[in-house]
Amino acid sequence: MPSPSRNQPVTRAFAPPTPSDRPAPARGERRIRGINPVAKLAASAVIALGLVVTIDWVSASIALGLEAVLLIWSGLSFRRIVARVVPLTLSAALAASTILLYGRPSGATHLEVLAIHITDGSIELMVATFLRVLAMALPAVVLFGTTEATEMADGLGQVLKLPPRFVIGALAAWRLVSLVQQDWQFLTLSRRARGVGDGRGVRRFGGQAFALLVLSIRRGTALATAMEARGFGGRSHRSWARPSRLRCADATLVFIALVLVGVALTASVATGHFTPILAQ
Amino acid sequence: MDTTTVTGRTSLNLRWRVVDIVVASVIGVAAGLVFFAWNQLYAPVSAPLQVALPGLQSLVYGVWVIGGVVGGLVIRKPGAAILVELLAAIVSTGLGAQWGFLTLESGIVQGLGAELVFLAFLYRGWRLPVAILAGAASGLAMAGNDLILYYAGADAWFALVYTVSAVISGAVIAGAGGWLVVRALARTGVLTRFEAGRESPSS
Amino acid sequence: MSPVDVRASGWGWRHAGRSRWTVRDLDVHIPAGQKVLLLGASGSGKSTFLAALAGVLGGGEEGESTGSLLVGGGPAASARGTVGLLLQDPESQIILARVGDDVAFGCENLGVPRDETWRRVRQCLRDVGLDIPLDYPSASLSGGQKQRLALAGVLAMRPGMILLDEPTANLDPTGVLEVRDAVARVVEQTGATLIVVEHRVGVWRDLVDRVVVLDEVGGGILADGVPDAVFAKDGTRLAEAGVWVPGLEPWLAPPRRAAGHVVLAAEGLTIGRGPNSPIASGITASVRQASALVASGDNGSGKTTLALTVGGLIRPLAGTVLAPRLARGLCAEPIRWRSRELASRIGNVFQNSEHQFIAATVEHELAIGLPKTRADGQRARRLLLETAERLALSHLLTANPFTLSGGEQRRLAVATVLVRQPPLLVLDEPTFGQDRRTWVELVRLLIERLDAGTAIVAASHDSEFVAALEAELLVMDGSAMGVR
Repeated sequence: MPSPSRNQPVTRAFAPPTPSDRPAPARGERRIRGINPVAKLAASAVIALGLVVTIDWVSASIALGLEAVLLIWSGLSFRRIVARVVPLTLSAALAASTILLYGRPSGATHLEVLAIHITDGSIELMVATFLRVLAMALPAVVLFGTTEATEMADGLGQVLKLPPRFVIGALAAWRLVSLVQQDWQFLTLSRRARGVGDGRGVRRFGGQAFALLVLSIRRGTALATAMEARGFGGRSHRSWARPSRLRCADATLVFIALVLVGVALTASVATGHFTPILAQ
Repeated sequence: MDTTTVTGRTSLNLRWRVVDIVVASVIGVAAGLVFFAWNQLYAPVSAPLQVALPGLQSLVYGVWVIGGVVGGLVIRKPGAAILVELLAAIVSTGLGAQWGFLTLESGIVQGLGAELVFLAFLYRGWRLPVAILAGAASGLAMAGNDLILYYAGADAWFALVYTVSAVISGAVIAGAGGWLVVRALARTGVLTRFEAGRESPSS
Repeated sequence: MSPVDVRASGWGWRHAGRSRWTVRDLDVHIPAGQKVLLLGASGSGKSTFLAALAGVLGGGEEGESTGSLLVGGGPAASARGTVGLLLQDPESQIILARVGDDVAFGCENLGVPRDETWRRVRQCLRDVGLDIPLDYPSASLSGGQKQRLALAGVLAMRPGMILLDEPTANLDPTGVLEVRDAVARVVEQTGATLIVVEHRVGVWRDLVDRVVVLDEVGGGILADGVPDAVFAKDGTRLAEAGVWVPGLEPWLAPPRRAAGHVVLAAEGLTIGRGPNSPIASGITASVRQASALVASGDNGSGKTTLALTVGGLIRPLAGTVLAPRLARGLCAEPIRWRSRELASRIGNVFQNSEHQFIAATVEHELAIGLPKTRADGQRARRLLLETAERLALSHLLTANPFTLSGGEQRRLAVATVLVRQPPLLVLDEPTFGQDRRTWVELVRLLIERLDAGTAIVAASHDSEFVAALEAELLVMDGSAMGVR
């Protein structure tokens, strides 16, 4: 430790103890985490593709209801679910409001200003859209929230047999994304320090975004060199340190997804609300 | 090791290097963030256009095909345009999950538009006209995709205006705009491992 | 794997698109198991040589080579997996999110069976002294720990040669020793050939058998031999080229002026990034005109956060930062000043210089914020050119800031604040990555600023820097990230 000079007093600063930041997962969550990511992907795809064919509130609400039941039964922590659902709800609301204002008109008109055209039909479409976005996205949000990116890459490479170079390369690049937020903060602070931080503006945002892109590409290039130095990218066969296999639980999840979609669509057809999107 | 002459165009190596994959992923994520931001902001911009002339709103949709053009111009390998556009679609979906899996499908189709142009030039043409053409082709692919999936009941006039606007938007925003972005990146020196970063500014 | 040797015959490399050969006429034989320190001025091709040995230099489309370079009897290009390379930036070498997975990465690429992989992972982590669980997030490690993690990942491949490219440049003193000790342990156990590139010779001198100096100007080798002999014979020339030759520490005239009034005072400060994550508390310190205050401590102890708080960029969690003398009519807290007002009063330099670049050329970067009126403008322009000259940036005025090397970027970041001549400078690790020559010039410039009445606050673990500035010391005693 360097010694102080000029006999000045040395000030010391102390750090408060940091709390542990890795709580143990709940039992239900462990079960969900144990499911193969490829199965989760398949289940989300089944639900999304199944619900996308129709835009009506019956299928969407039934699907959403069943999903909620499954969520509660699965034992996932309620707080975590809510934390994930809130941004999704906002996004769904935004999409729904767009439909409300600009959707296909039918039925009685309530408001008509410039291109905005609110009618009975568009209100119904808005409700349907809101529920549909939630129903389609909720499984994806929950299932992928319980999956580590590394696990997903292992699954894609071993189960789906996608080329490992692409899968692992994308995984490594994805890890860089977590650094983006910190970079952005520093970029903003440095613009304040340089004297150009007053006032916002598209131009400043664009300049900062461009700088962020440059930094990310530079880091990506360095990362690629480090990966090559560890033997990555060669033509020889690669082994997998973490096994990824399909088991009963995985098939069960996909089966549940199929049943869910089947019930929702059947109800929609049965009540006559089935409105295929392609027939618009 | 090869002892080839030192110009940008040595052996036409079409195999993807590790740095190609990683940087393509980085660009894909960046484009995905841009798409996500545009998803939130586009409505008030496109609505007045739609009022002026139904179908004209696609004049600002070129933003959504810029990923494929930039990816192709930087990486310059087969499949770059499709891969980057698909990754961008995944990222923008993952964040907002608005239209879900359909976004992925349109990502592939749009990337394919640019990819076909780059293929037509045998992955050797990378100047501004090629970029504009690739952007236009992406716009065309996007228009076709949208008309079939979302606007199937529209009349022929709407379809025509929509398609032409999308092509122009793709050519200008994605093609020329994307080309400018790549040139700016090249000037910062981060692309030295790519041919795009070693060319003289006139190309 | 048994140690491999290196045989270069007239080897050279030129990057695609450049006219100058980065390395030329290299003839050297390094027998298996030898430990070599590779030196040379910036631009002499040391990193390029190491990259070529590791087989990551890129193929024919990225440049051309002449001569031959053999590793263990075979061409260097196919050496992947037999040679391990450790780079300078700890952050860019972490590939996977969990510690165990990151170490296992190399084994996976070489096709090692699963059980053997995990056996090696556990052993290599022990070898480098990292006693942490396998699912610990790699991003939470300190710089020294990250470098050791990268070393473990390299070791797991059982390489016959280990290459280190300035591995300790971005580390604090504790981290430097950790990495050095880990490397020493590993080399002793495996007997692998070792080649180290590093400015700070003192750390590695006792470990290596041989010193090889590359010639930047004429190509080939400048000096080659036992460390003591090489330093005795060519010590002065090496020192002038930028090498930190042991025993030839630079002498600098100390600051002449006595400390003046208090310029900035921190009282009972608690600092942190967010309201719920304080990093350090109880900080009370002040800095006076013509004097320096240096915050010292390991990475992670909060030095950067302190610099940001004192520099008026982030809000303190508790306590106050007051600079009434700088305010000149504004309120006394720098955090409340507008950006333009802040930039003319406090000059902030970040640890990562790349975060600060705004303009497209070095000249424009330096000119940001300088007065534009005719009379002031001319004087400012003279100052700009003079500062660029002092910091060896004159030949780079038209270059894009991102194309500069790490050391040049840091000097540019410092130059951008020096040209505005603010009364207070806040610097975060200003001497990172500087070789001897540029370090001397930088510190000399700062001492001149001190003599002119500027106050300096710095975050640094460079003890020579503290001594040269005769700075008051603020020791950050924060605990490390919980894991040793």
